[in-house]
Amino acid sequence: MSAAAHTDHGHHHKESFITKYIFSQDHKMIGKQFLVTAIFMAVVAVILSVLFRIQLAWPGESNSVLSFFLGDTWAPEGILDRGMYLGLVTIHGTIMVFFVLTGGLSGTFSNLLIPLQCGARDMASGLLNMISYWMFFLSSILMLYSLFLETGPANAGWTIYPPLSVYEEAIPGSGSGMTVWLLSMTIFVASSLLGSLNYIVTIINLRTKGMKMTRLPLTIWAFFVTAVLGVLSFPVLVSAVVLMLMDRTLGTSFYVNDTIIAGEVLEQSGGSPILFEHLFWFLGHPEVYIVLLPALGLTSEIVATNARKPIFGYRAMIGSILAIGFLSFIVWGHHMFISGMNPFLGGVFVFTTLLIAIPSAIKVFNYITTLWKGNIKYTPAMLFSIGLVSSFITGGVTGIILADSALDIVVHDTYFVVAHFHVVMGLSAIFGMFAGVYHWFPKMYGKMMNAKLGMVHFWLTLVSAYGVFFPMHFVGIGGAPRRYYDYSVYEGFDSNQYEMIMDLNVVISIFAIIGALAQLIFLFNFFYSTFKGQKAPQNPWKGNSLEWTTPVEHIHGNWPGEIPEVHRWPYDYSKPGAAEDYIPQTVPLGPDEEEH
Amino acid sequence: MGMKFVVLVVIVLAVIAIAQIMRVYELSSKIRGNKEEDIDLRVNNINASLMLIFLIILFGSFFWMLAIYGNGTLPEPASVLGEKIHWLFNINWIIVIAIFLLCNGLLFIFAWKYSYHPDRKAHWFPHDNKLEMIWTVVPAAVLAVIIILGLMTWNEVTGKPSDDAIVVELYAKQFDWTARYSGDDNKLGYADYKLVGTAEDKNTGTTYNNPFGLITDNSVHWRILGLNNEITEIEKNLRMESNDSVAYSQAKLNKMNAKVEKLERIRERVLDMFGMFNDSIDAFAKDDFVTKELFMVKDQEYFFVLRSQDVLHSAYFPHFRAQMNCVPGQRTSLKITPKYTTAEFREKIGNPEFNYILMCNKICGVSHSNMKMAVIVGTQDEFEAWKVGPLSTPAINDSIIAPIDDIDKERMPWPEPAHHGDHDDSDHEADDHAIEGDDHTEGH
Ligand code: HEM
Ligand SMILES: [Cu+2]
Ligand SMILES: [Cu+2]
Repeated sequence: MSAAAHTDHGHHHKESFITKYIFSQDHKMIGKQFLVTAIFMAVVAVILSVLFRIQLAWPGESNSVLSFFLGDTWAPEGILDRGMYLGLVTIHGTIMVFFVLTGGLSGTFSNLLIPLQCGARDMASGLLNMISYWMFFLSSILMLYSLFLETGPANAGWTIYPPLSVYEEAIPGSGSGMTVWLLSMTIFVASSLLGSLNYIVTIINLRTKGMKMTRLPLTIWAFFVTAVLGVLSFPVLVSAVVLMLMDRTLGTSFYVNDTIIAGEVLEQSGGSPILFEHLFWFLGHPEVYIVLLPALGLTSEIVATNARKPIFGYRAMIGSILAIGFLSFIVWGHHMFISGMNPFLGGVFVFTTLLIAIPSAIKVFNYITTLWKGNIKYTPAMLFSIGLVSSFITGGVTGIILADSALDIVVHDTYFVVAHFHVVMGLSAIFGMFAGVYHWFPKMYGKMMNAKLGMVHFWLTLVSAYGVFFPMHFVGIGGAPRRYYDYSVYEGFDSNQYEMIMDLNVVISIFAIIGALAQLIFLFNFFYSTFKGQKAPQNPWKGNSLEWTTPVEHIHGNWPGEIPEVHRWPYDYSKPGAAEDYIPQTVPLGPDEEEH
Repeated sequence: MGMKFVVLVVIVLAVIAIAQIMRVYELSSKIRGNKEEDIDLRVNNINASLMLIFLIILFGSFFWMLAIYGNGTLPEPASVLGEKIHWLFNINWIIVIAIFLLCNGLLFIFAWKYSYHPDRKAHWFPHDNKLEMIWTVVPAAVLAVIIILGLMTWNEVTGKPSDDAIVVELYAKQFDWTARYSGDDNKLGYADYKLVGTAEDKNTGTTYNNPFGLITDNSVHWRILGLNNEITEIEKNLRMESNDSVAYSQAKLNKMNAKVEKLERIRERVLDMFGMFNDSIDAFAKDDFVTKELFMVKDQEYFFVLRSQDVLHSAYFPHFRAQMNCVPGQRTSLKITPKYTTAEFREKIGNPEFNYILMCNKICGVSHSNMKMAVIVGTQDEFEAWKVGPLSTPAINDSIIAPIDDIDKERMPWPEPAHHGDHDDSDHEADDHAIEGDDHTEGH
């Protein structure tokens, strides 16, 4: 690599192992660090979910898997402890939402792709970027550490509603477990803010010549709006957390009011748990789009590339992303229809929430139209992208029911909600993440992943994902509350209900176990290919966007010479008149060629 | 431990074995000149066919589950509003299923149909304003219908109860429910969490219990007595320490002192409550009775006022399609008009063992999933018999009179109570009562 080529960027070139692999400031390396950390966290979160799924399907039965992982402390005689059940659920949800699908997804792909697809030598600030990763790492360690506390991890649910999360006497996990949880999340938010600011600044300032905003790949648009959402909403979570810390330690009463805990009349008076719900969901709802938008961005790119067809309605897609981003800030109350909030306000939130369905529907129809008369190549990335569109549809439609306050009364906090958010947010984002890994693995590691294994991985994952979450809707409308250790309440009251819940829970858990095992194929493929995979060509998928013009070997500054200039949008696939079925963005427009 | 070790060894061996198989596979494809990024038409077509097969299985299993479970598996709704919600649910369910089938159908059919062929070129179709207009306007119109129908039902569900609705309080705490019936006056007695507790009259040995913190002149007196007792008890121990008859650690001492101060502050706040109420208000509480079982009369409207003692709970009546959170320090409410007695409903669903149930549906602690109450729907006559039966007890026992003259009601000299004769500061209490009071005119 030539030093002269990127003196403008002022990188130092002598690299030790430490600066290259550990305290790296290179966006590509940081992206990979995020990815590997997130994969590790995902493995933990999946194991946790399998553990509590075992309890749900075979409640109270001794199980050696439970004793293997949890030992005598939390699974005496192989039977899961009630408090630990809630702890597993809580930490599973927290890790999945924040560490895997926020830190992991944005951290990996925003870092990798923003400079490469915008045509920048690196992020605006390599140093902040590095700090962002290390804070993420630290917060991950803390969150995992909380699993080993003597009183158990936080177990008031990932939504940590007070007063339950405030008083140790109310639930054991609200002691040191909650303290560590709050600490970890605060560090996590700081990491996320540093990352987001960097992404925003880079996208605005460091685009190469000719890269107008309207020539950006949809990935970048999605990352951009995601970062803006993060910057505007995460600080609210920190405020909420700080107030909670004060309620916990200083005896203030922001969220607590007139409570008697463990027989003791407390003085704290005048606060409101509902205030916390507002603050939490002011972050919480944008958060689901923080999780979802990057996945949608990645698939937009992958679908166009592999259908060999421009993404349909590029401008409408950008408009939808912006509309979703804006609306996501004014819908949080749909989590609170029956919280005691004024019903009129509830009605307003019904309206705003259902509005969001419009840009979402536009996106779905645009994806489908992109496939229409395409020439589809089934790489594992493309398979997962189609899986994403399917789960986005299936999860999106149930949102219509939940957004309708009168219907939410019936299904609120039941497994119907669990099914809904897993499908629309969990599956979509995970599928998007898998798609991204398969598609950009050659860019990250200079190697190819094994496609056949990827296909097996996809089909097993898709089938077990639907196998888990499809029946879960019926369990939910059948009246099964979430965060229940078992459903013995129904015994002696409604035995039909009890039987149906138990039957379906067994089916769900079996699919969950199959699905979890299927991920071993991915893990194997990933790590094997990192070291032994076939060497990647420069542009394996015949893509148009800029990252495929960089050399396979990673270099600081990304392009050995000048940064290429951009002349067109990235979706000139199968353009009439062109010889090849793709025209990279760096190719100048022909004499009388129109820009799409 | 041995077990764990064996498992680990097996896993490691399995990984090594798979890695070897992969090696062989890679070598053979290298010899054949296959590259990962190349599209193998045969494999591509297999994936395309799988798209169609998956679609068929997905829809097939969906219809199969619909056939078994319909739009859920709960029996039909057993309340008036429940039926309206159910009707709305059915309409939405149909719309939702239609969209689900349409979009997934198109997606997988296109995915199957337009599989790659090297001789074909994809159709250049970057945008079409008319199409995009259609799929903006059509969803918007459908959503408008959904919103209007939804809000109409919502207003009905959350609107005022009728004048002859019976008021019942559901009192939630870790991990049980209590129902407090408002008695003949249909007015719930006021309550305040600071009054919850027991007190013993040391002279006579009588104890008085006020588990729901109901307010009467008598109960306030008892509470002061109880607090006085608690304070005296700790102070006695503190004096023993200063006499050297016992030894406490400094931390323990600090804790005890803090406790005394806290109890004194609470006592001041309770003392403020004297004079804020009068006999006619006291009377609201006197006919209230509580039970650990909820009995409702068929076709009678009930207005439930929900309270929580400790953390969030949620009153969830699956069979009536009703749910509302219970928020500490705040009153929330919900309405139910049961349509079938338990006996009728048993017959309807063909399950002679069936009972209605109230569960908790907001995570509230380790035993959250055990928090429930039996619900019975019967006739007016059955209710009259049940109400005087063994399960119901008076909410407050004011035949046990506090020894008023013996109770030390002296206020703390310092800090100067901020609200002497100044009623602004007692707003908070006053509010509570206005809401809880009689009338359910307050919207919730
Ligand atoms: C292996 C696949 C997964 C299975 C089998 C699974 C299953 C479950 C189940 C049964 C619950 C308990 C629900 C309750 O009691 O409230 C749960 C909670 C949750 N899961 Fe998953 N899940 C999986 C993957 C994911 C993914 C990918 C996400 C990412 C969004 C996710 C996010 C959550 C969240 C946020 C909760 C709520 C935790 C809480 O109630 O505090 N899960 N999961
Ligand atoms: Cu939301
Ligand atoms: Cu509860």
